[in-house]
Amino acid sequence: MSSTALSASTAAHRRSKDRRRLGDNIAGWSFAGPATLVILGFSLVPMAWALALSFTDSDLMTPGRNVGLDNYRALLEDPVFFQALRNTGLLLVLYIPASLVAGLLVAVLLNRKVRGIGFYRTCFLVPYIVSATATGLLMGFIFDRDFGLANGLLAKLGLPIQGLLSSPSQAMFVLTLIFFWTRFGFSVVIYLAAIQEISREVMEAASIDGAGWWTTFRHIIVPSVRPMTIFLAVWGVIDALQFFDLVMTTTKGGPANATVTIVYYVWQLAFTYSTAGYGAAVAYVLFAGTLLLIVVGLLVARRRGVTT
Amino acid sequence: MRRLRLPSKWHLVLAPMSAVVLLPFVWLVLSSVMTQAELNRFPPAIWPEGVDLGGYRTVVERSNFLRWFLNSVIVSGAIVLAQVVLCSMAGYAFARIRFVGSKLVLVLVIATALIPFQLTVIPTFLMFNRMGLTDTLGALIVPQLSSAVGIYLMTSFFQSFPKELEEAARIDGCSRVAVFYRVVLPVARPALAALAVITFITAWNDLFWPLVAINSEDNYTVQVGLTTFQGQHRADWPAIMAGTVMTTLPVLAVFLFGQRRFVQALTGAVKG
Repeated sequence: MSSTALSASTAAHRRSKDRRRLGDNIAGWSFAGPATLVILGFSLVPMAWALALSFTDSDLMTPGRNVGLDNYRALLEDPVFFQALRNTGLLLVLYIPASLVAGLLVAVLLNRKVRGIGFYRTCFLVPYIVSATATGLLMGFIFDRDFGLANGLLAKLGLPIQGLLSSPSQAMFVLTLIFFWTRFGFSVVIYLAAIQEISREVMEAASIDGAGWWTTFRHIIVPSVRPMTIFLAVWGVIDALQFFDLVMTTTKGGPANATVTIVYYVWQLAFTYSTAGYGAAVAYVLFAGTLLLIVVGLLVARRRGVTT
Repeated sequence: MRRLRLPSKWHLVLAPMSAVVLLPFVWLVLSSVMTQAELNRFPPAIWPEGVDLGGYRTVVERSNFLRWFLNSVIVSGAIVLAQVVLCSMAGYAFARIRFVGSKLVLVLVIATALIPFQLTVIPTFLMFNRMGLTDTLGALIVPQLSSAVGIYLMTSFFQSFPKELEEAARIDGCSRVAVFYRVVLPVARPALAALAVITFITAWNDLFWPLVAINSEDNYTVQVGLTTFQGQHRADWPAIMAGTVMTTLPVLAVFLFGQRRFVQALTGAVKG
């Protein structure tokens, strides 16, 4: 009797537990479902679709024919694609180290109690929140060859006037500078938050031990913010490889394709030349390249983290 | 004896640095009240001789700017509202409720942040095109109803938040929904504000997708409209600069007003 009572009570217990688990599943999915569905629906579905498109000659309007690997083969002989790779690569190589170094240095400078420090911190974020369209129009005028403020200043200083955004050899450098100006506030904020987390004891111990500015920077700050450096490098790669808006609002890829970036090229291919299948192939190659770059970068960072 | 406190010597470094960062915007505002003659000569004027509102008048009277502005307000407003509701619900579920597949789905959602938009933009355009929804404001809102960043932000906020309050309410017999609305949301206000600020700035500034999805001028957002200024008001630089100022003011206002929350959202350190 006692055993049946016991089993009845465990059965009832199990039933109530099952019911609670079912309730949790229903609650969990109805809370998380809508948001998740939107995100996965607008990322995984298009991602698979884009892969399918990259094997067709889709022009966005009519259903495309299957062309196998033709798009990927055509890519290897496309000079504009390689130009876009070079331009995007240049941006990456200049921007990532510059934003890390400048971001950390400015963050260190901003990490002190000075009257009005809040104002200074705000300043560095303003370019980050202004839209690329607005920045593009403003900078397009400042760096205009014929009417711009930049050449105006050079002229006033008695220096030779430069081609700037109209010069095939200078335009990409000018765009990189503008991109850097709009983005490095983000590195500053992330680094500043990380530096503020370093415990006061560690910093005080260092200063009692007579560590100078450089020693503190090199042996305490740089290692402590290392996770942020890795995060910012990864984020910077993603961000820089997607460089589009500023090109659109300043040079439109010119002069002579000197500022065509990969994403600008994808946009052109799909939405102005109506070669969406080919555009999808270019986008996929960029995506694969990005992943590869990030994975290799993280492996290198980990190995160096182990040895040092 | 009182010591006189001199301003810190650090201002000598910080002030010029922030000036370099900020001066282009100062000049943007100045140039928007210049005359065409002041901007169309070389070198352009640095300081306006007087306040000329001709540029602003051109923008308001000779373009659809106010309509675009309204479109942007509608689109960004809807996106912010949807994300605050949907992302906070999802974040709460991922942080608190044990349900089948929650870990996997959360990882998938966060991983989608790595998928570049240029990869998904062509099929997304085709999707909306087949449904006949391109060239509508809805097409701009629907893909942004929730975001990986928003879910991540809200999940980590709820994870860092003590459970005791909710558990007490649950024991008192409140349902999940009641607990969420009466107990959780009121304490999540700082996180919701951070999410709202960062979402508004992103939505307001978006250019790529509206450029692709919208054709007719009546449905432009301010950003798309602004890009047409270069062609439409060629050489009317005061008008272009005035349009740029007007496009920037809302984000600047939201940023200055919600700066603390914005920084917390960027650093993922939103706390109660």
